[in-house]
Amino acid sequence: MIADALEGGFAEAPVQSARAFREILEAMARPGTIRRVQGATPPAPLSIAAGVALLVLTDPTTRLHLAGEADCPAVRDWVAFHIGAPLAKAEDADFAVGPWEALQPVSRFRIGQPDYPDRSATLIVECDRLVNHGPALTGPGIGAATWLNLPETAAFRANRALFPLGFDTLFTAGDRIAGLPRSTRVEAI
Amino acid sequence: MYVAVKGGERAIDNAHQWLAEERRGDPSVPELTIPQIREQMRLAVNRVMAEGSLYDPDLAALAIKQARGDLIEAVFLIRAYRTTLPRLAASRPVDTGAMVIDRRISATFKDLPGGQVLGPTFDYTHRLLDFALMAEGGAPAPGAPTTGASPTAHVPHVTGFLNRDGLIEAASPDDTPPPDLTRQPMELPAGRALRLQALARADEGFVLSMAYSTQRGYGRTHAFVGELRIGRVAVEVDIPELGFAVGIGEIELTECETVNQFRGSKTEPPQFTRGYGLVPGQSERKAIAMSLVDRALRWQELGEDFTGAPAQDEEFVLMHCDNIQATGFLEHIKLPHYVDFQAELELVRKLRAEAQAMQEAAE
Amino acid sequence: MSDLSPQDAYNFAYLDEQTKRMIRRAILKGIAVPGCQVPFASREMPMPYGWGTGGVQVTAACLVPEDRLKVIDQGADDTTNAVSIRRFFQRTAGVATTGATGEATVIQTRHRIPETPLTEGQILVFQVPIPEPLRFLEPRETETRKMHELEEYGLMHVKLYEDVARHGQIATAYAYPVKVEGRYVMDPSPIPKFDNPKLSGSPAIQLFGAGREQRIYALPPWTGVVSLDFDDHPFETSKAPHDCDLCGAKDSYLDEVITDDQGGRMFVCSDTDYCAGRRARGMKGRLWAPEPEGAA
Repeated sequence: MIADALEGGFAEAPVQSARAFREILEAMARPGTIRRVQGATPPAPLSIAAGVALLVLTDPTTRLHLAGEADCPAVRDWVAFHIGAPLAKAEDADFAVGPWEALQPVSRFRIGQPDYPDRSATLIVECDRLVNHGPALTGPGIGAATWLNLPETAAFRANRALFPLGFDTLFTAGDRIAGLPRSTRVEAI
Repeated sequence: MYVAVKGGERAIDNAHQWLAEERRGDPSVPELTIPQIREQMRLAVNRVMAEGSLYDPDLAALAIKQARGDLIEAVFLIRAYRTTLPRLAASRPVDTGAMVIDRRISATFKDLPGGQVLGPTFDYTHRLLDFALMAEGGAPAPGAPTTGASPTAHVPHVTGFLNRDGLIEAASPDDTPPPDLTRQPMELPAGRALRLQALARADEGFVLSMAYSTQRGYGRTHAFVGELRIGRVAVEVDIPELGFAVGIGEIELTECETVNQFRGSKTEPPQFTRGYGLVPGQSERKAIAMSLVDRALRWQELGEDFTGAPAQDEEFVLMHCDNIQATGFLEHIKLPHYVDFQAELELVRKLRAEAQAMQEAAE
Repeated sequence: MSDLSPQDAYNFAYLDEQTKRMIRRAILKGIAVPGCQVPFASREMPMPYGWGTGGVQVTAACLVPEDRLKVIDQGADDTTNAVSIRRFFQRTAGVATTGATGEATVIQTRHRIPETPLTEGQILVFQVPIPEPLRFLEPRETETRKMHELEEYGLMHVKLYEDVARHGQIATAYAYPVKVEGRYVMDPSPIPKFDNPKLSGSPAIQLFGAGREQRIYALPPWTGVVSLDFDDHPFETSKAPHDCDLCGAKDSYLDEVITDDQGGRMFVCSDTDYCAGRRARGMKGRLWAPEPEGAA
């Protein structure tokens, strides 16, 4: 198990994390678009994309919440070795990773402060698949209409109502990643 | 005929080359060595280390040489180098009570345990140019001791004597890890730990002027130098694997504690209060000034009135005390601004034309 | 060149990975709340504060080895500070550089938005001196932060209205304040107000970095950006009422160049790539002449 924890990080971190960040930036800046990332092979049940997002964005200065099946010894060891992020409760987390059901209720997560809206959580939601089919998305970053298979709409509509506060979301499935910042309006279905 | 200028790259190369020649100066004069600067320009080295926030006399000496003696430029070189260094560990707090004293004076007591130690000071020199120094190798050989009288004894702090009688505000130990302003953006209001950190690396001239302004009545704090001490302290780092701390070297520090008269406020009883200054190297002007500014900034905590004095204004002091930020922004106005200027030009022309038209219409 | 050690002495794009992660997190939060100033722990860069350290840090956090970087200052690729920053990234990131707006994937700019429309896949990085649009009305950060929180922008409107009362128009020619998606009032950096309309609905990602002031903010693509104005005094752009004397462009922002001490002057495109591109396609202005042999 320890031996596995040593594997699966970036082999060439500066360049691989730069390429991955660009994909994540595009995903977050163009909500609903689905991008591909590579370079990490985290232990199950983490997807490649979730592993990449963690390697790119988290470190010993960010508190990480592992939710549901993501909270297992293999992932904890991998995070400890490659990232060093302190594990935290949902309420204190800067980042959280896990399946949507395990992240519930998402109202637990930090939404930022009125004077510092940036101090909010980013959720990395593990999905079975990502497709451009589902509720319509509008808002900053979206030119023509976009759709994404969200796990539900009510939570994201409630989150949008808090704007400029709210959490931000990355969806991951395999090597695919999509973003849904708090600024996106989600169609009611 | 006008052709768009394309000379930026060549101009920069030429400027760098010229600069290198100017730095060297007359080649018939021997080149300065780093040890010469480190040993004979030690107070300049100390200032660069303090404001550069990096304790390394050799690198500070190199920076001074490369910067042609421009100390702010040297501080800049050190800062830019410092940012790239990995943070391997945080040291334990240094114990200035265990300092190996070179100099230690108190203005509040005639004599005191540990004694008054004058040390290597300019204080009572007559400021007469010593032309003997102009003759190379002509300086007299030193005959005096170079270190303090009691290098091993623990020298107690003056404020501790007052503390025993309850005459000075208590300074209770606090083990909260201090913030690191080089790793976190400055957030206001700042705590005292962050203020002291900013002041320790602040521009000496700025802190001096701020302190001076409090003495002249802009946020007066009635300060006495309770104690000024200069010497070397051990730096220790905890090694978790070993379970104990290991000494990694020693650094020279200047520490100043002021004792400030205080008649009491709405919230605090009459007692003496404290201002604190701690600067790497022998930098006593900076340490004294820092302790005065520290005390002035504590008005809120002590229930004093804000009189509008600049030295009481935390945001004003902290946002303007860093000479690297200040000099960068000041000097950036020599970069081209002709696009903005053109926009202003059009606006002024338009406003003038309209004003003139209105005037003519009125006539 | 002795002002930087060889490339391999530093990490890719100069900054260490932890610093890049910190900046990348700030960029993503900026994207999520368009126009909101996100604090970041700006590092001391090997170039002075006020000379583009914020833009340089944002660019460093975004660059990939495959990028083609363009750097402009005042619209020109050859101004000395643009040259200096471009060289910095050539050396520390090994990226290709270009002067052509259309070929660039990342463009770092000071004071201009290129005339050639930006496209998807491009990132425009602005160097910002004072990120706080309310700073000259209220010097205290503690106060301005509260004003943004409460969406209390009355002071800004009062200032603009005083302009109207005094001059009959809004007397701000550059760094003209904008409102983003109906929420945050934002400083667009000291671009001439001629460029303000290009901020809105751009297909490119626009990132703003203020190093000394430790702030990052962002406009995602297709974001609504409105220049502040009044119903009876609508925002209008302005430029010198001339055509470019070299390429004849009628639609580009112009620099005024003094040609002699008799009051002689000419007007040329501030965007040097745009102007050169037009001339290469055979377009000629009033004072166009073939480039002398060996120039450039």
